[in-house]
Amino acid sequence: MSEAHAHGHEGHDHKPTGWRRWVYSTNHKDIGTMYLIFAVVMGLVGGLFSVLMRMELASPGDGILGGDYHFFNVLTTAHGLIMVFFLIMPALIGGFGNWMMPLMIGAPDVAFPRVNNIAFWLLIPSALLLGLSPFIGGGAGTGWTVYAPLSTSGHPGASVDMAILSLHLAGASSILSSINFITTIFNMRAPGMTLHKMPLFVWSILVTTFLLLLSLPVLAGAITMLLTDRNFGTSFYDAAGGGDPLLYQHLFWFFGHPEVYILVLPSFGIVSHVVSTFSKKPIFGYLGMAYAMVAIGAVGFIVWAHHMYTSGMGVDTEAYFLAATLVIAVPTGVKIFSWLATMWGGSIEFKTPMLWAVGMIFMFTVGGVTGVVLASSPLTTAFHDTYYVVGHFHYVMAMGAMFGIFAGWYYWIGKMCGRQYPETLGKWHFWLTMIGVNLTFFPMHFSGLAGMPRRIPDYPDAFAPWNMISTVGAYIAFASALLFVYIAIRTIRSGEPVEANYWGEGATTLEWTVASPAPHHTHEVMPRV
Amino acid sequence: MATESNHPYHMVEPSGWPIVGAISAGVLAAGFIMYMHDVTAWLFPLGALLVLYTMFGWWRQVVIEAEGGHHGPVPQLSLRYGMAMFIASEVMFFFAWFWAFFNAAIYPTEQMGFHWPPEGVTIFNPWKIPILNTIILLSSGVTVTWAHHALKKNDRKGLIMGLWVTVALGAIFTAFQAYEYMNAPFSITGGIYGTTFFMVTGFHGAHVIIGTVFLAVCLFRSYKGHFTPDHHFGFEAAAWYWHFVDVVWLFLFTFVYWWTASGATSIH
Repeated sequence: MSEAHAHGHEGHDHKPTGWRRWVYSTNHKDIGTMYLIFAVVMGLVGGLFSVLMRMELASPGDGILGGDYHFFNVLTTAHGLIMVFFLIMPALIGGFGNWMMPLMIGAPDVAFPRVNNIAFWLLIPSALLLGLSPFIGGGAGTGWTVYAPLSTSGHPGASVDMAILSLHLAGASSILSSINFITTIFNMRAPGMTLHKMPLFVWSILVTTFLLLLSLPVLAGAITMLLTDRNFGTSFYDAAGGGDPLLYQHLFWFFGHPEVYILVLPSFGIVSHVVSTFSKKPIFGYLGMAYAMVAIGAVGFIVWAHHMYTSGMGVDTEAYFLAATLVIAVPTGVKIFSWLATMWGGSIEFKTPMLWAVGMIFMFTVGGVTGVVLASSPLTTAFHDTYYVVGHFHYVMAMGAMFGIFAGWYYWIGKMCGRQYPETLGKWHFWLTMIGVNLTFFPMHFSGLAGMPRRIPDYPDAFAPWNMISTVGAYIAFASALLFVYIAIRTIRSGEPVEANYWGEGATTLEWTVASPAPHHTHEVMPRV
Repeated sequence: MATESNHPYHMVEPSGWPIVGAISAGVLAAGFIMYMHDVTAWLFPLGALLVLYTMFGWWRQVVIEAEGGHHGPVPQLSLRYGMAMFIASEVMFFFAWFWAFFNAAIYPTEQMGFHWPPEGVTIFNPWKIPILNTIILLSSGVTVTWAHHALKKNDRKGLIMGLWVTVALGAIFTAFQAYEYMNAPFSITGGIYGTTFFMVTGFHGAHVIIGTVFLAVCLFRSYKGHFTPDHHFGFEAAAWYWHFVDVVWLFLFTFVYWWTASGATSIH
């Protein structure tokens, strides 16, 4: 607390002022704030795209898109890429990772503060390239996977090239950030904080950044091959020249599968802290929790072809990927049951962050269970490219990852801005979202089981009821997103000021030892753990 | 307490280089797209120049900080971690290109006549320029170690001599590679063989050039009196990078040149 007093005032704080404070920033908290603002803005854009898709799908026949089926594909592509690269990753890794990881390990900042800044700013040209692509050359209607040959011979305009270069920039940003975070975690922990004493959110960031570091360069190679096939006459994915379109799928999913764990692991980390804090108990099975994430990350690299069961692989290959994929349920189960065991016998308080965390555990489990179903190649032969898959991965992403983001936001906003969110509105936000997303995504399992294909803007009348429910759910979910923006603005402008550790005895990590809001510079004197 | 601190880290000042670098990368990407779609050809080289300018200015700043005593043992260890992680990501980048190569080479399709190298393609004899380049690159790995040992013994002359020879070997390698490209009996657009050959060796060649420039910068810094026997991570990073490029070449020589030339795969 004495540290907070000294820091709160002008003079020796070295806080730059005006626009330079942000644009030239080498401060992990300011850069984290910029990431969070970027994520909120892009999340609203990506969310709006999904509302447009649900409006089109509200009833059979041509809807608001007036029969422009390519534009529907452009919307799905943009929605997917924006939510993955410009909402979830910037919020969880760039936002909370930047803000909390150095605070939690007792470091005064990250190892490479300038690299931290360029990693954020690279996202702006990246988002611009993707955002402008629909207006130049007709838009990329390839899906977020950008499969060849649709992306090579099916899109002659500049749009797909813009999407590819956008991914190059976003990838460079994430690789730089990962190098920076891994180095920080390995080299800047406070004296006494061994790896086995490190908070679980830091563990989750460590595993996540390793996955990014090792998987993104493979995506960079894959999309560079797309680029040269499109523009310079190479034949990587062109069967006529001896190439192989399936090569793209392998390379993409070698990145893509670790990527989906990249999206959810930081959320696991946040939920661990929230559950422990609001149960007023240390996390159950700390080491098991840490190594479960390591195991999920490691196994995540050897299961990629379960995304390709209908591509004509051999049966033995499918059997391997089936078995390997099921193995992931083991460490994931360790996490789910350890969270439950943490709550067991705890003095549980259902403040807003805890609602989101428990909601995350519940919804992620639903997505995990349908994931076990989809791991089975015989079943996926039927379910492939249906709404069952869409329902599955939105349970793990739109709920697993996003609920974790909201849990983190409500948990840490007082630490970040010094003011507390309004509790009642926060709970309203949770329940409204909970109802909205479940109405949206649960019926997709039924329409998918009945055979409704994804990425198609029209469907037979038989699917109409489930689709209407999904669309109403999407409206509710988007309304709750707008409510969140209102809550965020109200919190920052007029929330109740909070003290350093406003959650009390359950909150034991180092970020609660500094003042709220966290001063511009923290841990200048290294804490001892 | 605000002025008090007991940590061993290097807290850098606010800097304009990151935003300049991000804008430069954006111009480079946009310029590349415009070049590919025949909109304009000038934005692409402009973007490339801006990126080079950023690299020059940013790393100049880092060198000034290093020489100014900001890089104690802990920041140096951070730089080691950082460089090691960067090379790990580079390894995975080449992993993708080798995947493309083996995907074609292990299971040649009908379009290749069920044979790797594909039927009708004339390829290089690995025991001419390729083996010569292997010897050149392996030797350069030795000479950079010679420079390193000289540096550790505070033998500035040996350091400069070792670096000169290494940079020269790197340049000779690139020249041979360029000569080979000009005399290739196949092209990058003529099917999967030329595609994989030129893209894999091309990305390797680009890394050789980058590594040569990195070593040349170290040579320049050696003349300026930078580096001491116990503080010279800039040199070590260049050496690490050079060894990485060397190892990639060994895989290239073994599989893309030698194994392929020995009639790698035949399915009948």
